[in-house]
Amino acid sequence: MKIRQLLLALTGTIAVAGLGLGFVVSQTTSAKAEGIRSGYTYATKETQGLQDDEMSNPGYLWVDTGEDLWSKAEGDAGKSCNDCHGDAADSMKKAGVSYPKYKDDIGKMQNIEQRINQCRTDNMKAKAWKWESNQLLSMTTYVRNQSTGMPVSVAVDGPAKPFFEKGKAFFNQRRGLLDMACKHCHEDNAGNLIRANVLSQGQINGFPVYRLKWGKVGSSHRRFRGCNKQVRAKPFKNGSDEYVNLELYVAWRGRGLPVETPAVRN
Amino acid sequence: MASARLKVPKKAKKGDIITVKSLIKHKMETGQRKGKDGKPIPRMIIKNVTATYNGAEVFSADWAPAVSANPFLSFKVRATESGTIELKWTDDNGKVVSQSAKITVQ
Ligand code: HEC
Ligand code: HEC
Repeated sequence: MKIRQLLLALTGTIAVAGLGLGFVVSQTTSAKAEGIRSGYTYATKETQGLQDDEMSNPGYLWVDTGEDLWSKAEGDAGKSCNDCHGDAADSMKKAGVSYPKYKDDIGKMQNIEQRINQCRTDNMKAKAWKWESNQLLSMTTYVRNQSTGMPVSVAVDGPAKPFFEKGKAFFNQRRGLLDMACKHCHEDNAGNLIRANVLSQGQINGFPVYRLKWGKVGSSHRRFRGCNKQVRAKPFKNGSDEYVNLELYVAWRGRGLPVETPAVRN
Repeated sequence: MASARLKVPKKAKKGDIITVKSLIKHKMETGQRKGKDGKPIPRMIIKNVTATYNGAEVFSADWAPAVSANPFLSFKVRATESGTIELKWTDDNGKVVSQSAKITVQ
């Protein structure tokens, strides 16, 4: 048997083994027929409970930090986000549902983290925040929290189309030593057990999410990296074109799902 | 920086049992993990959390390394008089974070 992989698609069980690393997926549901579902619906009652209450959801600690940063003037222009945008509850209400967006000036897609950093560099004359830094995570969580409850709706036609197609190809492309695509876990096996975890559809409506395993909030790109590494594939950089295009496709897969930022996941 | 949250009902009737909820940002490093270099990461947890109601202690807990990162804490207390409920978290470094909230008791 090849080291690379062993994929047995039996009616009852799927077993994938590779390089001393074994995934056993036990099939209990017919996944594809489930419709679009948030990761929330696959989480345990305890995890859902943590998310539901703003006082028990640790992600709100990042929302609070983002709120503080919102009114803090920084950079050579001496401006804060608040100076230009005013109350985030109004000005940022729609921002959380529509990114990644096609941007004419750069000729490609831009996600919300990058949009925030563009405001830092161009409008505030301040340094861009580092990816996964406390500041960028807090601000992204704060901005996206303003859209909580609103349906995800990204534009994938017109100039966004070629980038959408790239993201879709990435999602369906086998990779890594285990030779698996996102789709093998999150489309074909959503609802089934992988080791001790229930596989979800891999939706990003709750991002940045508070992950119990991380003990903090993390971006969708951090999650993509983790999922790439899981199949022993080389992860791309946070903020890379590859991941922004993938993010567009994944956001579209979850179209209509309510924004849950900050969601809680294990 | 807001690194802790505290929620107390704004109003209560005298004698009511009220629920106090809190969250604090802290990594709660157990001291039992090893870093990438193979060396143990020193323990760094919140070792005590204490609540006072108008200065009188109403709740106190010594925490152990098994408490999760960014811990949530909730407890009940009887509303006796208007005033302030304050929580203080103290970690292994002796750093203290406090957060307070007002309550009106009728
Ligand atoms: C000097 C003014 C200025 C400052 C300061 C500023 N912005 Fe902006 N921001 C803008 C402008 C102009 C736009 C573009 C509006 C448009 O395209 O309709 C924008 C757009 C945005 C958007 C996209 C909104 C959407 O619906 O697509 C986000 C998100 C954003 N800013 C976040 C921030 C954050 C966070 C900060 C602080 C770190 C900040 N901005 C600081 C001027 C500013
Ligand atoms: C070997 C199986 C596997 C593959 C392949 C895989 N993932 Fe995952 N992924 C998981 C597991 C396990 C989790 C945690 C449980 C869950 O939510 O499914 C997860 C979680 C996620 C989440 C978080 C969902 C939420 O609600 O917070 C996202 C997003 C995600 N994956 C995206 C992807 C993308 C994009 C790819 C392809 C680059 C991918 N995954 C490939 C196993 C996989």
